[in-house]
Amino acid sequence: MVATGPLALVQDLGRPGHAHLGVPPSGALDTGSLRLANRLTGNPESAAGIESVLGGLVLRARSSCTVAVTGPVVRVRVDGRDRGSHVAIHLGEGQTLTIGTPGEGLRCYLAVSGGLAAEPELGSRSADVLSGIGPPPLRAGDVLPLGTPGGVPAGADVVVPFPTGETLTLPVTLGPRAEWIADVERGLAEWWTVTAESNRVGLRLDGPVLRRAAAYADDELPSEGLVTGAIQVPPSGLPVVFLADHPTTGGYPVAAVVRAVSLGALGQARPGTLVRFQPSR
Amino acid sequence: MRWRRCGEHAALFDCDSLARMRAAHATVSAARPSGVVELVPGARVLLVTERPGSGALEAVRALLDDADLDHPPAGDAREVTLDVHYDGEDLELVAKDAGMSAGDVVELHTSAEYTVAFTGFAPGFGYLTGLPEALRQPRLPTPRTRVPAGSLGIAGEFTGVYPRESPGGWRLLGHTGAVLFDPRAERPSLLAPGVRVRFRSVP
Repeated sequence: MVATGPLALVQDLGRPGHAHLGVPPSGALDTGSLRLANRLTGNPESAAGIESVLGGLVLRARSSCTVAVTGPVVRVRVDGRDRGSHVAIHLGEGQTLTIGTPGEGLRCYLAVSGGLAAEPELGSRSADVLSGIGPPPLRAGDVLPLGTPGGVPAGADVVVPFPTGETLTLPVTLGPRAEWIADVERGLAEWWTVTAESNRVGLRLDGPVLRRAAAYADDELPSEGLVTGAIQVPPSGLPVVFLADHPTTGGYPVAAVVRAVSLGALGQARPGTLVRFQPSR
Repeated sequence: MRWRRCGEHAALFDCDSLARMRAAHATVSAARPSGVVELVPGARVLLVTERPGSGALEAVRALLDDADLDHPPAGDAREVTLDVHYDGEDLELVAKDAGMSAGDVVELHTSAEYTVAFTGFAPGFGYLTGLPEALRQPRLPTPRTRVPAGSLGIAGEFTGVYPRESPGGWRLLGHTGAVLFDPRAERPSLLAPGVRVRFRSVP
């Protein structure tokens, strides 16, 4: 690892199944992109790769390997020569891979043949920023051990770079506590801005305030389990959309849950992106 | 009692009370229908998450519709005793608010048997019920920015131990040297829902 960019974390598909112990699911936020990068390099889709915020990665191969960069379209070079994202690239020993900064979207994924062989914790190599489980953020100078390459790299694949724009309309399922919010459907359909306080725990939104319904104005919600994609409404009325490193229980009402198909788009939403929610029952 | 939808692949089973939630959790834990990914107790509700397409939510629903939540199956009968140095920063405050001596607080806290109702806040942090009435006191008005790992606290109807250093607003009675969470251990969390806990005072 020669340079890490703003933040580079090891991620696989996470460690669901431990929430009753207070352990978040964690794992790649844009799972479609990690799975694709793994297929391109001949890995099982669940292999660990690097989740990079805004690129800027430089890596030097200490042994020959196959790599692929996915997520938003981004400039990828090997020893200074353009190679492109979303394709399998062979790196010879000593060659240097450089990933640029994507023009849109937020998180690039790098898979390496054999997968990253970080020590698993609770069945996963994912770095969990909420609880500190898993490998620490990568640093320049780190040497990343690789597993044994297994499969044959997929020469061609259905490669659909994520549509990441300045606005996102996200389909949601109302509940479990929609009735706690006044005029919830109209409220959720307003535009919010993704703030810079957002991270892998959740997207923090700024914009119109969601108010408590009169019947629940002074109620306190006893702690209850949370799922990824939950839109929680704290006392400020500014919603938080929980991502993979979310706390496992919470005491504020969840008005709606973002549908699974759009969770990857949440992971690609930059600060400044405008989002709104399209409720369905 | 009712189901609340929680996205496409999860539901909250609303149990109205902690006792019925624990009964529901014990019932589903004992049967563990295939396809259940997460089974997360809360203070009043049980969250069930399923593998998409597995039908596990329907299976859990049928199971709980038929269950007698007033006579639940025996849960995880594991018992844990934690050795505690009752030297917490808030011991005198708790004693004053309870109208008793610090020694009485320790005696009361160690005389009760507790049960892990649910977890959250941090890996391995259990919300323990069974706290004697006199010790049910509110959180500190201003949370501490740093509570050391192993600190034993009380808040409302719960008592619990901070598994690692973190901010926190519970009133601190003491500390334990026990390891509450180790992600690389065979049993990563000492406390899990249903586990029974006792505290023993050590000098």
